[in-house]
Amino acid sequence: MGKYIVRRLLQMIPVVLGATFIIFAMVFALPGDPTAGKCGERPCSPEYVAKFREEHNLNDPLPVQYGKYLGKLVQGDLGTNYYGIPVKEDLAKRYTITGRLAVMAIAFEAIIGILAGVLAGVRKGRFIDNLVTVSTLFVISIPVFVIGVFMQYTLGIKWGIFPATVPSLDASTWSLVLPAFVLGALSIAYVARLTRTNLVENLRADYVRTAAAKGLSKQRTVGVHTLRNSLIPVITFIGADFGALLGGAIVTERIFNIQGVGGYIFRSINSRDGVAVVSAVTVLVIVYLLVNLLVDLLYGVLDPRISHD
Amino acid sequence: MSTTTKSAAPQSQYQPDANGRLLEVENLHVEFHTPDGIARAINGASFDLHQGETLAILGESGSGKSVTAQAIMGILDMPPAVIPEGAIRYAGHDLLTMPEEQRRKVRGPEISMIFQDALSSLNPTFPVGWQIGEMFRQHRGMNKSDAYAQAVRLMERVAIPAAKERVKQYPHQFSGGMRQRIMIAMAIALDPAVLIADEPTTALDVTVQAQIMALLAELQEERQMGLILITHDLGVVADVADRAAVMYAGRIVAKADIDDLYARPAHPYTRGLLESIPRLDQKGQTLAAIGGLPPNLMRIPPGCAFNPRCRMAQEICREQEPELRRVGNQESRCHFAEEVLNG
Repeated sequence: MGKYIVRRLLQMIPVVLGATFIIFAMVFALPGDPTAGKCGERPCSPEYVAKFREEHNLNDPLPVQYGKYLGKLVQGDLGTNYYGIPVKEDLAKRYTITGRLAVMAIAFEAIIGILAGVLAGVRKGRFIDNLVTVSTLFVISIPVFVIGVFMQYTLGIKWGIFPATVPSLDASTWSLVLPAFVLGALSIAYVARLTRTNLVENLRADYVRTAAAKGLSKQRTVGVHTLRNSLIPVITFIGADFGALLGGAIVTERIFNIQGVGGYIFRSINSRDGVAVVSAVTVLVIVYLLVNLLVDLLYGVLDPRISHD
Repeated sequence: MSTTTKSAAPQSQYQPDANGRLLEVENLHVEFHTPDGIARAINGASFDLHQGETLAILGESGSGKSVTAQAIMGILDMPPAVIPEGAIRYAGHDLLTMPEEQRRKVRGPEISMIFQDALSSLNPTFPVGWQIGEMFRQHRGMNKSDAYAQAVRLMERVAIPAAKERVKQYPHQFSGGMRQRIMIAMAIALDPAVLIADEPTTALDVTVQAQIMALLAELQEERQMGLILITHDLGVVADVADRAAVMYAGRIVAKADIDDLYARPAHPYTRGLLESIPRLDQKGQTLAAIGGLPPNLMRIPPGCAFNPRCRMAQEICREQEPELRRVGNQESRCHFAEEVLNG
């Protein structure tokens, strides 16, 4: 197990290097000038442009730029963006709020999604099953900005149950409930369907018949013997989804005025702020890889047939 | 060993009747209601089982053997399965009309079952000792460590080497024969009066088959269980069973003491089954097989269900369904039972 973790951590190094280099190259391949619009209505003076390009190593060939950037990165220095603000400070704040949002969305996915899936799976073909199947299809087919704006208007503004927007970066958990639900809505639907399908399949398994023959109660047969096997693919999905939620929360964040990672990356790309983009994405890649490792380890706990030796 | 467990176990409220009869299946019908129609899997099966007796239920795939076993256990999926008539009495109590909660407590402590494929029948995600111990935890309210100790004791009883070390291993870490021993250990855990073994050796190597059969026979002798042995393999049961019931298309077509059944079958189907066993002294000859296929359970032929495949079939066989009747000291559901018995 320990060896496995070390091996996986070592495997991350080339992945992180490759990913950062590709992003680095892509950002700098974009057309456009990072100094454009920095000096108000008129073009910047040649002196300023020269100084700016020198400061940010923009005159070096791409591999050299990347090398210099990497040299600072391994020392934990994420550099400064083109406004002179250290990227680390910015990212720490933004990852905190986006991370809280994603964790809450994952909690909704796990609790509501699995519960709905189990209810539907156990009562296959009955009313609750049809309700879950139809409502999840409904959620899956509506774009997230429609769901978001609709819920913000009804629950937030019209009925005033939840705060309609998130006022600041250190927002209360309560004000993040509605955005987290919207962010997780699509995945709640997927988790519910995945749980249902796997449960229905596993309920037909031979070992479930054995559990019945052992004189176990229906609750125990489903809750202990069937659910554990049914949740293995669900856990995999939820784990992979965490990474996707971190980077993909941009629409939800825009609707609810959250200054999160998605918006930061978006704005940095627009202003050709290469260092900021690469740093933000590097953190994203590392988090994604770590969560994946965690899921794989959890997989081994849930299914003893998978060995991590 | 068995005496110590017996004394620890609570006295059962279910006792065999004066003749030692434990289980009585009477005119059992089971249907499966499917979108394509009604499949009549069992059409009036009747038999009984006494204390300490081994009854073999023989038949090919689809004859209703396993459905019978699952109906006795009460583990059929209902729906699609429906039991329109019949009774299954255990120590005088009809299991089919018993409240589910009461019936659940019969499964395990009174009647238990082992299945064909031990790998898929054991839960892959829990240690074997946990799964055996679950019987004690759920039915006897035992704590976890005592239940594990009982699991070790049972694993030793079914001759699993290094039981203490292996009790926390998972099913996939055992060989096929060992897995079936674990299934057996789980089934006999609470000293049931009736054990149903549904094709217990079909998925195993021939050498292991013999060991498992010997183990079952030994446990049955030791605990005086009534054993129902379901199989399509006539070779497996010859040494072990006391009586046999042969099923065809959901009916019992022959019932006899096992020696009589082998020596002088009284039903053409039984005779066909016996002739289709490969034998060393007939090496080089074409193996006798029963022509044709078992009937579609949605369209069982009128008259005798076996008539389309029977060499002796006459007009009467296509028109009138024969009753199960006594011929000599056997029972046979054939219009020409005497001729078969004497021919």
